[in-house]
Amino acid sequence: MTSIGTGYDLSNSVFSPDGRNFQVEYAVKAVENGGTAIGIRCKDGVVLALEKLVSSKLLKKDANKRIATVDRHVGVVHSGLLPDGRHFVSRSRDEASSWRSTYKAPIPVSSLANRMGAYVQAYTLYSSVRPFGITAIVGGYDAETEVDVDGAVGSGPKSGSGGKSKGVKEGGPYLYMIEPSGLYWGYYGAATGKGRQSAKSELEKLKLDPKDGDCISLEEGVKEAARIIYVAHEDSKDKDFELEMTWISAVSGPTKGRHEEVPKELREEAERLAKKSLEGEDEDEEGKMEE
Amino acid sequence: MNHNPQAWGRPRDDVYGAYNSQYLPQHHGGPSAHPTTHTQSPIVTGTSVIAIKYSTGVVIAADNLASYGSLARFTDVKRLKPFNRKAVVGFGGDVSDMQYLDRLLSSLDVQENYSHNNDDPEDTKALMSAKNLHTYLAKVMYKRRSDFNPLWNSLLICGLDEKNKPFLATADLLGTTYSAPTLATGFGAHLAQPLLRKAVPDEEASQKLDKETAVEVVRECMKVLFYRDARSMNEYSIAVVDEKGVELKEKEKLENQSWAFADQIRGYGTQTV
Repeated sequence: MTSIGTGYDLSNSVFSPDGRNFQVEYAVKAVENGGTAIGIRCKDGVVLALEKLVSSKLLKKDANKRIATVDRHVGVVHSGLLPDGRHFVSRSRDEASSWRSTYKAPIPVSSLANRMGAYVQAYTLYSSVRPFGITAIVGGYDAETEVDVDGAVGSGPKSGSGGKSKGVKEGGPYLYMIEPSGLYWGYYGAATGKGRQSAKSELEKLKLDPKDGDCISLEEGVKEAARIIYVAHEDSKDKDFELEMTWISAVSGPTKGRHEEVPKELREEAERLAKKSLEGEDEDEEGKMEE
Repeated sequence: MNHNPQAWGRPRDDVYGAYNSQYLPQHHGGPSAHPTTHTQSPIVTGTSVIAIKYSTGVVIAADNLASYGSLARFTDVKRLKPFNRKAVVGFGGDVSDMQYLDRLLSSLDVQENYSHNNDDPEDTKALMSAKNLHTYLAKVMYKRRSDFNPLWNSLLICGLDEKNKPFLATADLLGTTYSAPTLATGFGAHLAQPLLRKAVPDEEASQKLDKETAVEVVRECMKVLFYRDARSMNEYSIAVVDEKGVELKEKEKLENQSWAFADQIRGYGTQTV
């Protein structure tokens, strides 16, 4: 960063002569220090996982949840400055509930990502504010089944035009990641925080493209997510952490279309497998050295 | 005498001059001639809701009809709304106000789920009970009647309280609340309540009642209501709430009807005693 210290990094919304916004880049730095957060978009749902670094031994275990529910079908995990994350979640909840009061239906994940992207971007435009010090991963499931508007009674006319095209499949699992600049993309697998590099290279090995055929299932996704968090933690092994995981399936799936915590048994099983696979790697390496 | 009912009880124009509407709420485009008015009567309505407590839970039922006056306008309207696995609300009265309340409860449920997982059977402490829900709805109803803008419903809220004991209570458009082992709204308060009370005269009797008998009594009451309530229909919803959760059936048909009593009825229709 050659132009650091030239004065163009002191105020938000000011470009440097080579076209960069330094305040946003510094915000990205804040994210890079946070615990690793990942999201995996599987065939039949989305998994969100977080390496929650334990900042004090006095904090109660498994309390102070960090992955937030925004609406029934949407969850958010973030990495970076925690209070900024809280505000992001709060705004997301307002967006989701105002969508419901306007359209009498749950907000599509793409629309939520779009609105939150616009919101975060606005914080790069004014000198009176600073950019968000977080990268947020938004996961959700848009119902594929025909859903009534909220509060509907009855099923309407049984014949005649209903304005619906038959056989068109809508909805499904969605995953978006929103960065401090306001940039957002839809992902098959997303990672942010300290261990994002190793998490990304693990995510790339997974079969996540539904067009390729055998895309991984939600349950496999849960196990992979736990493993990837453990792999990403390898670099900061001296620090304690807790694994936090949530998932969202289709209405026909285990969470009935809702964003929920992964059940304790399944999470512990996934953690056991994750630890085992890491031990396995260590043994392999040791074995090679002996050879 | 002035034959315009709107003028009755008001100062006479010929004595006091025209009514000064200047102080009335300012609507778009200037002072209005009339005070702000709110719902004065329901439009599309649902009839009775009935419920009974038994030893470990509650049974609640309501038919699937929404009437427009005396016209049976909508025949697949579900008037029992499960809130969570511990509480169900039954709606009588105005259907659009029911839809408003349904959306209100749905947003309440979303908020309740922000911080904890309500569907986890082990996490019962944080779950909103039927009793909590009744308190909430009663306050909503009372607030609206105090605004002179009532929600034109009578509600039965049933399920389990925070100690997982059966709970049943009502709230209506005036914000009135009360609780009893058996409850019925609307016409059901006259037609079904005596039958329910025959099965369960007091709290003690309800603690001895088993689920099967409770369901049977409610089904029998739905039949009597269909016989005698002209705003009812033969398809209804019935829900059982107990520690296992909510079991809701929305397409029940009345069985074994007997209209033998019908030709004993005198005083209506074409017959002349």
